[in-house]
Amino acid sequence: MLPLDLYNSIEPAWCPGCGNFPMLKAFKKALAELEIRPENILVISGIGQSSKFPHYLRCNTFNGIHGRALPVATGARLANPNLKVVVTAGDGDQYGEGGNHLLAAFRRNPDLTLVIHNNQIYALTKGQASPTTDQGTKTLMQPAGVPYPPLHALALAVAQDCSWVGRGFAGDGEHLTGLYKQAMEHRGFALLEVLQPCVTFNRVNTFKWYQSRVYRVEEEPGYDPENELWAYQKAKEWGERIPLGVIFKKPRPIMEEAFPAMAKGPLGTWRLDRPVAELLKDFY
Amino acid sequence: MATDLNILIGGAAGQGVHAITGPLAKALVRHGCHVQVSQSYESRIRGGHLFNVIRVSDQPLLCPREGADILVALNQETVTLHQPEVSAAGIVIFDESQVKEAPSGVKSLALSPDTVLPETQAGDIAVNAGACGAILGLLQVPVDGLVALLEETFGGKGAEVVAWNREAARHGFEMGKAQGKSFSLAGVAKPPEPRLLISGHEALALGALAGGLTFICGYPMTPWTSLLNAVSLRAGRWQVVVEQAEDEIAAINMAIGASFAGARVMTGTAGGGFCLMTEGVGLAAMSETPVVVVVSQRPGPSTGLPTRTSQGDLGFVLHAGQDDFPRAVLAPGTPAQGYLVGAKALRLAEQYQTPVFILTDQYFADAQFTLTAQDFPALKAPQELPQGATGDKYLRYAPSEDGVSARRLPGEGMEIVVADSDEHTPDGHLTEDLAVRIKMHDKRLAKLKGLSREMGNLTTAGDPAAPLAIITWGSSYGPAAEAAARLGQNGTPAWLVHVSELWPFPGEAVTQALQGTKKLILLEANATGQLGRLLRQETGLKADQSILRYDGLPFTPEYILRGLKGEA
Repeated sequence: MLPLDLYNSIEPAWCPGCGNFPMLKAFKKALAELEIRPENILVISGIGQSSKFPHYLRCNTFNGIHGRALPVATGARLANPNLKVVVTAGDGDQYGEGGNHLLAAFRRNPDLTLVIHNNQIYALTKGQASPTTDQGTKTLMQPAGVPYPPLHALALAVAQDCSWVGRGFAGDGEHLTGLYKQAMEHRGFALLEVLQPCVTFNRVNTFKWYQSRVYRVEEEPGYDPENELWAYQKAKEWGERIPLGVIFKKPRPIMEEAFPAMAKGPLGTWRLDRPVAELLKDFY
Repeated sequence: MATDLNILIGGAAGQGVHAITGPLAKALVRHGCHVQVSQSYESRIRGGHLFNVIRVSDQPLLCPREGADILVALNQETVTLHQPEVSAAGIVIFDESQVKEAPSGVKSLALSPDTVLPETQAGDIAVNAGACGAILGLLQVPVDGLVALLEETFGGKGAEVVAWNREAARHGFEMGKAQGKSFSLAGVAKPPEPRLLISGHEALALGALAGGLTFICGYPMTPWTSLLNAVSLRAGRWQVVVEQAEDEIAAINMAIGASFAGARVMTGTAGGGFCLMTEGVGLAAMSETPVVVVVSQRPGPSTGLPTRTSQGDLGFVLHAGQDDFPRAVLAPGTPAQGYLVGAKALRLAEQYQTPVFILTDQYFADAQFTLTAQDFPALKAPQELPQGATGDKYLRYAPSEDGVSARRLPGEGMEIVVADSDEHTPDGHLTEDLAVRIKMHDKRLAKLKGLSREMGNLTTAGDPAAPLAIITWGSSYGPAAEAAARLGQNGTPAWLVHVSELWPFPGEAVTQALQGTKKLILLEANATGQLGRLLRQETGLKADQSILRYDGLPFTPEYILRGLKGEA
């Protein structure tokens, strides 16, 4: 295990009590236990409170634009398959703005981890409904309550053969560290959704609200994450009981295998020899 | 007297217009002719009207021209639409199984599957290969080269198909030859070095490969797609990672991610897709990540005319993205320039760590030209990407005189590389310190000085002392150069200034080139004169007359000459 202070960075500017703090702590612990050094990991984010996550962690960072972290991460994996790549995104960031990239990632199965900080609200813009806000929740922009049901992203992931699907809770750090480790060790696209209470703008889905509903799914009888139908039912379970843990696993060929040229190593290290006389041969 | 013939081949999409054009053009190039091929097609896969024009000469050709000397009509519509263009000495070759009313008042030659290859199932093959043969017969060019090409092209389709093609070409040749000696390319000498036939996008793809491209991604959109295809076809041989993105937003972000992790990248699209990419352009500039974006123009706004040509996105590309940041905008005028620009764009993006644009268009993308290996000089091997440790105190955005900070790659050393779309401190972390904001903004803009020094390669032609000058940009070079040459031959000397490096604008070089000009003509394929505005903004020079075209077709020398007389 590496020392935890190896990952110290600048002071976080999140609200006191934010669910992002225990996530940051659990993530550092997972890196330390897996002995992934700061210079060997690349954390990519978009826009939102969750996207500041890599700044508060010593690591290679690409903090891009809203909703677009996945394509950046896909490009990075295609350019350097030796990099350990993790994406941190919010529910609005990924499920709203970046939805098409999530669908594409399910199909591609790049070897990277997507962590969704799901606080069921837009926090950076001060409290509008996100795709995961529960139906009926009142916000400034939806004073009569959100008219639509939330997106069941984990069910979508299972239905699309996402090769690893799990859910964690910011209020259960030890369990979360284990999930971070499993997701990062999984070969292929891992979607880890973390229930992350927003203490300022979401007064409904509080630490207490989650605490009284979550349970560790692997401790239940009949736990069967390789069974698609079982996983689908667990992925849709929401309300009175909310499952935490690894919900679905399906080994699949990864995106990187479709590119034989990558056997030559990171693209930045390639030595190119392309004589123009050879390039022209097709045109005579 | 130079020979200069136009062969127009028209029909419905799917009928074999390209099956005739491809082998015929290549056979003529191998014979020693100069060939220029342009395509005109509609946005549909089957049916509609499409035509290709093969211009063939014993002299170098820079562009298409109007008119037809040999019209090949695969359907009635082609006869109806194009017979009026046929020259006095011209001839119409038509498929009599498709054309119900034989052309009248013009010399003609009827072909059909039954007359070319009776009692076979050859169908369209008989007419297509027969027409190729007939044209060579008319031009008195030996048919053996064509037969060899057809065998190369259709070898994979079985012995029977090869035999049909061979026999149809030979029979068609005899039918053409029997028409008498109206046109002849028999005297064309074999060139001292072999010639090649290449399109603008193909040449640009070769330039990118020569310039060290390792990654390309994009979403399909006409006319950009042909560039992505030209690289994809060669990706296995030359080791390029090619990925089709789920949309244009993904394309530019994926290119940025790959570049950040060490790839030398290119992406591209047409105007509509570039609307989606613009947020990514700002990201590349702010995060100082090299990226080359090809914007292949077609008429807009919105979907516009998907398969036609335009130079209407110059203003858009010059300004796309929030706030001010350094960028370079290049627009090749010829395939040879396309090759150089492909490599130069990658170098500039890498050296200045900022987005670089290449503007092409449907005409440039598809049109093929006759060149030699001389037009493709060997390029310096791309500079190796920075490697090795500068220690754990590395600052991605360290201040520097020229605005360029040393680049390191994540995972390739001890450095922690932090890049951000927010305003940031030199270590890459987001900041709200407004004094830092000024410093970082100035640092990025400082790159414009270096970029400016990289610009200014003007292409000129004609008589520098002429009072009449034409200024143009991008793919309009060829027709402008031929128009200027024709003016000179007819006693009105003209001077042509062509700008292929548009931003930072080479104001000094342009002003100098136009010093003796008394009457300045602005020539570009958009409705409002976008280069004209840029010229005025950067130099104060104002064109005396504009010749603009925005019907979706490329300029021809004839169109320009009519425009000069006020007739366009």
